[in-house]
Amino acid sequence: MIKKLDRLRRFEMIRTLAAVGLALGIAFLLILFTSEQPIDALRAFILGPISKFRYFGNVLELMIPLLFTGLAVSVMFSANQFNLISEGAFFVGALGSSWIATNFLLPAGIHPVVGILVAGLIGAVVAMIPAILKLKWNADVLVSSLMLNYILMFLGFYFLNYHLRDPQAGDMASFKFPDSARLMKILPGTRVHIGLIVAILAVILIYLFMFKTRWGYEIRMVGKNESFAKYSGMNVFRVIIVSQMVGGFLAGLGGGIEMLGMYTRFKYKTLPGFGWDGVIVAILAKNNPALVPVGAFFLAYLRIGADIMSRSTDVSSQLVGIIQGVVIILVAAEHFMSKRKNRIIYEESMADLSAVKEAK
Amino acid sequence: MSSIIDIIGTSEFWYSVIRVTTPILFAALGALISDSAGVINIALEGSMLWSAFAGVVFSAWFDSAWIGLLAAIIIGGLVGLMLAYFALNLKTDIILSAIALNLMAAGGTIFLLFVVSGDRGISSSLDSRVLPKLFTGLADNVPIIGPVIFGHNVLTYVAFVLVFVTWFFMFKTPMGLRLRAVGENFHAADSVGISVKKIQYQALVLSGIMAGLGGAFMSMGYVSWFSQNMTAGRGFIALAAKAMGGVSPIGTMIASLFFGFASALANYEAEISVPAEFVKMIPYIFTIVGLVVYASKKQSDVKRARQKQAEAATSSKGGE
Repeated sequence: MIKKLDRLRRFEMIRTLAAVGLALGIAFLLILFTSEQPIDALRAFILGPISKFRYFGNVLELMIPLLFTGLAVSVMFSANQFNLISEGAFFVGALGSSWIATNFLLPAGIHPVVGILVAGLIGAVVAMIPAILKLKWNADVLVSSLMLNYILMFLGFYFLNYHLRDPQAGDMASFKFPDSARLMKILPGTRVHIGLIVAILAVILIYLFMFKTRWGYEIRMVGKNESFAKYSGMNVFRVIIVSQMVGGFLAGLGGGIEMLGMYTRFKYKTLPGFGWDGVIVAILAKNNPALVPVGAFFLAYLRIGADIMSRSTDVSSQLVGIIQGVVIILVAAEHFMSKRKNRIIYEESMADLSAVKEAK
Repeated sequence: MSSIIDIIGTSEFWYSVIRVTTPILFAALGALISDSAGVINIALEGSMLWSAFAGVVFSAWFDSAWIGLLAAIIIGGLVGLMLAYFALNLKTDIILSAIALNLMAAGGTIFLLFVVSGDRGISSSLDSRVLPKLFTGLADNVPIIGPVIFGHNVLTYVAFVLVFVTWFFMFKTPMGLRLRAVGENFHAADSVGISVKKIQYQALVLSGIMAGLGGAFMSMGYVSWFSQNMTAGRGFIALAAKAMGGVSPIGTMIASLFFGFASALANYEAEISVPAEFVKMIPYIFTIVGLVVYASKKQSDVKRARQKQAEAATSSKGGE
């Protein structure tokens, strides 16, 4: 039995790799057909991120927000709620940390901690809203969270415009963050900051939360079969609210950390898109927190590679959008390579059966 | 407050309500058709974006707005077809498939725009065409309502005509009946020999075509170019309009007009003495409120029906 599970899990991994490979193959074909300098473009795309230490630093920098929103979406989707609020939660988290950074005077060690915790709390509160609308009035989570993202964006810009805006900045941006509020850099020669370590800790904690605590078990059960969870005595209402709040907290935390780690002012002009990226990461990781770093690394590497490629050659970095789409569809497709999966299940079952017969 | 009333009193305002309603209405009718067949189409946004792009490119290449429109319709339907293939054949979760298609549309259109024209983000070097406006002469000759309902883009009239065509299709044709049967209970439909998969394929393609018309309007009527993410969430607003409008195309139209009203008001932000951010928020707030009202009404309807059934059951038992 254990052997069968192992073989299936290994197969799932191979399947994901095959999907990624196929998507990259399509990308290569597109580059070959559309570029005047396909070899250079491919080289920049694949090897660019490891060609310079600074570029690899860019990959790690980009991984940090992806880790947080990837974890956030994994937890929310585990409860079978298609809550896309991580986009808005990330945004208001970033704004909340900017508010703490610019409006309060705190000692250097404590200032960023307060900033990112406030960011997380704001994220948790907003993530609750679509869940409550769903549980109380049966409003579709997906649509209401999408709409709420836009509302949060405009609310955020109002707040920025009337409370945080630096009139000297020229552009619409907040006052400059004091040094006491900013996160420490940890890799000289790059902008990688201590947020990476917080992110890794978050991965470990959320893994333990989801797989080693009763809370996590309940979230996964509700996600798999809500009626079953209800009949076995779980408080489904509470479980869903908790899962969405944990997710929102992570997304908000990510926003705060990104802001205080990478920026000197709040200057987003629109939603930054990390919430949607979190969906991609969670799909690649199959909602498993332990695999979120793999998904986040892959996506960050793709993005930086595409960026380097578009700067040095004639291929647009938007190519990544196509790769992402193909990967999501194939990874999430039950029937992609399903014949092989069924054969594994069949062979293992036959082996089990013959073992039972022999024993008799 | 008085400034808002002044704005609502002008015929230009109501003209713009109809204008901004058009793309939402197309996509909402698409959402209605696919939802009726029991398949949710969140890729409406992607269909619209690809179609807006195709309209600009093909109308520029062939020097004809009509060929652009045709291309937009075909591409919109193709996105629906892809969604159907992923969801019904590859058995990918239909929501995830649609998210993937939307991502591909956002990146793919910009990628291809650069390939075909060398433009980055906006089609400034493509000499694309726009679809004609109709009844412009009547606008000034008919008092009060003339300037409101005449002189719109041809697709605006198509959208409102499609409301009635969709109604007829859904409720008066055998195919519409099959569509609704599949959405209502696909096991029952299957048992009487309806091919559920085929019907859902058709529904998704049709809804993609509807969204495609909305996309064509965006780039060949609303404005005369293609730009990055120009649909700006209209496909999602359409989903909400559908949710609010219930199961009838007329309801969908009223809900779409409601969103059009809110969006049009947001366009007058400069003249309203409220912070612009709040005005821009209005359509989205309306969407959530509408969604909650509709969903909770439906929920209480179901409860009431169940209660009635239970009462009927007990009273019939009492009679025995």
